[in-house]
Amino acid sequence: METSKKEIKKEIKTDSPIKKGFLVPGLPHLLLCPEKKPEWTELNKAFKKVRDEIEEINPDVILIYSSYWFSILGHQVQAMKEPEWTLVDEEWHELGSIPYKLKMDVDFANTYVECARERGLKARTTAYKGFPIDTGSVVALKLLNPDNKFKASIVSSNVYSDRAETVVLGKAAVEALKKEGKTAVAVVISSLSNRYLDEEIDYSKPERIHSLKDEEWNQKYLEFLSQGRLEDVAQLSRQFHREARVSKKVVAFKPFWWFSTVMGSTNNFKGEVFCYKPVHGTGAAVVGLTPTDKSTGDLEFDEENAEVYKGNRNVLSSDDSSKDGDEVLSEKN
Amino acid sequence: MGQIVAGVLAPHPPHLVYGENPEQNEPKSECGWENLRWAYERLRKSLSELDYDTLIVHSPHWRTQIGTHFLGVEEFKSLSVDPIFPNLFRYHYDLKVDVPLAESICKNAAHEGMLTKMMKNPDFRVDYGTIVSCHMTNPLWDKKIVGISSNGASKYFSMDVLQEEMKQLGRATKKAIEESDKKVVLLASHSLSHRHFTTESELPEDMSKEHIEHHGQYIWDMKMIDLMKAGDSRALIDFLPDFTEQTNAETDAGGLSWMMEAMGMPTSPATVHGYGTVIGTGNAVVEWRS
Repeated sequence: METSKKEIKKEIKTDSPIKKGFLVPGLPHLLLCPEKKPEWTELNKAFKKVRDEIEEINPDVILIYSSYWFSILGHQVQAMKEPEWTLVDEEWHELGSIPYKLKMDVDFANTYVECARERGLKARTTAYKGFPIDTGSVVALKLLNPDNKFKASIVSSNVYSDRAETVVLGKAAVEALKKEGKTAVAVVISSLSNRYLDEEIDYSKPERIHSLKDEEWNQKYLEFLSQGRLEDVAQLSRQFHREARVSKKVVAFKPFWWFSTVMGSTNNFKGEVFCYKPVHGTGAAVVGLTPTDKSTGDLEFDEENAEVYKGNRNVLSSDDSSKDGDEVLSEKN
Repeated sequence: MGQIVAGVLAPHPPHLVYGENPEQNEPKSECGWENLRWAYERLRKSLSELDYDTLIVHSPHWRTQIGTHFLGVEEFKSLSVDPIFPNLFRYHYDLKVDVPLAESICKNAAHEGMLTKMMKNPDFRVDYGTIVSCHMTNPLWDKKIVGISSNGASKYFSMDVLQEEMKQLGRATKKAIEESDKKVVLLASHSLSHRHFTTESELPEDMSKEHIEHHGQYIWDMKMIDLMKAGDSRALIDFLPDFTEQTNAETDAGGLSWMMEAMGMPTSPATVHGYGTVIGTGNAVVEWRS
């Protein structure tokens, strides 16, 4: 059941600076031409619901983790005050151009990096004119925050980071919010299954998920999310990556590790699936998670909860003196 | 009748442009990665002996999943900022595209059964892999280019599937060039072994910190270079799936496979202009003459 606008603030039960969490997809179809397919139209409308909720919550920051922004040298936080450009997606260039001007919380970005470094992570801010802000972040912010009413913070998704590193990054985000005395909504920008249909868009046909297997895994995730079982979802990330994600260099499906961590690593949420539809074969879901004081059960908690990142074990060499990172990483915490 | 006059393995670390300090790049360096930059100098000297019209570049950093795409706008002028190394590469480019040749390759590739698309959005930002390889090969930018995206088939399926697709693309490229009146140099824009450091030196051009990431990668790189020097391109391509798997190589984008097929699997020895590492990755500038 959908929550009415007036109830949103009342039902949030948390002392955390993060008042609510959202999962949204980041493909440009939903911004540039939602009218061209009914599935895209519905997803676009779901973004509007999230936008309304964010406006009702009135956070200081929209805190974003985008799986569309890859980094390899640690974690990057966008710190250009008002990044401005015209984006064209490298895959979907025929759908059009996206002129944008965003508003970042520079103070928070600096504190975020500081907190990440204190916890042992490699992190740095990124503030360069013309820096290519990822499609997912631009699409989501244009749909959720079109007038730049709220400042945003975007952190990259490190290709090689595994769970411990991502969990610590999430803790750094919460710590930075507390230091700054700010509230936030957390927004994860990611598809569920990410396999495209290997064909041109056929506007005359309904959308479909690439395979039944992808669909079944998406449904499993959505079932858990609708029950508010965010930490359980996070702990299924490794298996979801193997089953429903196409990527060899990105070593894990990590958005939900960060998401669950910033939301408190619990299952204590009211989950709402606003919309779930395919976009050219991928699973696109708009989901809201409201902190509550009722847990749906701690069923799957079996992984450690690292506080500090202690680096990577060198799995390729027996020489422990090597300080350089390896591409094949594992958790030490 | 047009022809391919040379093919080049032309790696694209932005560090090389940073080390060169061209006026187009905003950040400035003291020095750095000279063995590779000097390798490119030797390449430029070698190519200066040739008469050619167009550079065709296949880049891993324009990655498309749904087919293979081609730059289809006559001119691009913008700022390229590297997403990983924005501190090193913020390059103002101004380039011209050989659109008729791009369209012909696109059409021939479609005829081969490939899914293809022309990229006609004038706001499109050309990827830094294309820009770095082209700048290092021809810093005057007085030749038109054809930009080809790399398809993610190696990730969606396997290297073997990718190799088959690159054979199709190679044949289509050769046919389109022969149907034209152009003399062309092909650029496979990628490194060899691609495991790299995950940290950056305080001074990026501090060469005391630069070395191969792992000896195993170096052994693999030398194996591949030996095959290039021996002119055994068939074995080189046959080894690529294993090499790619073992070294996480950028050959997973298909550039080398495409170029070797387009050149008819050359049997004459390649000229290795130089080899060097960039943040631990193995890179070689290698030239094949038709």
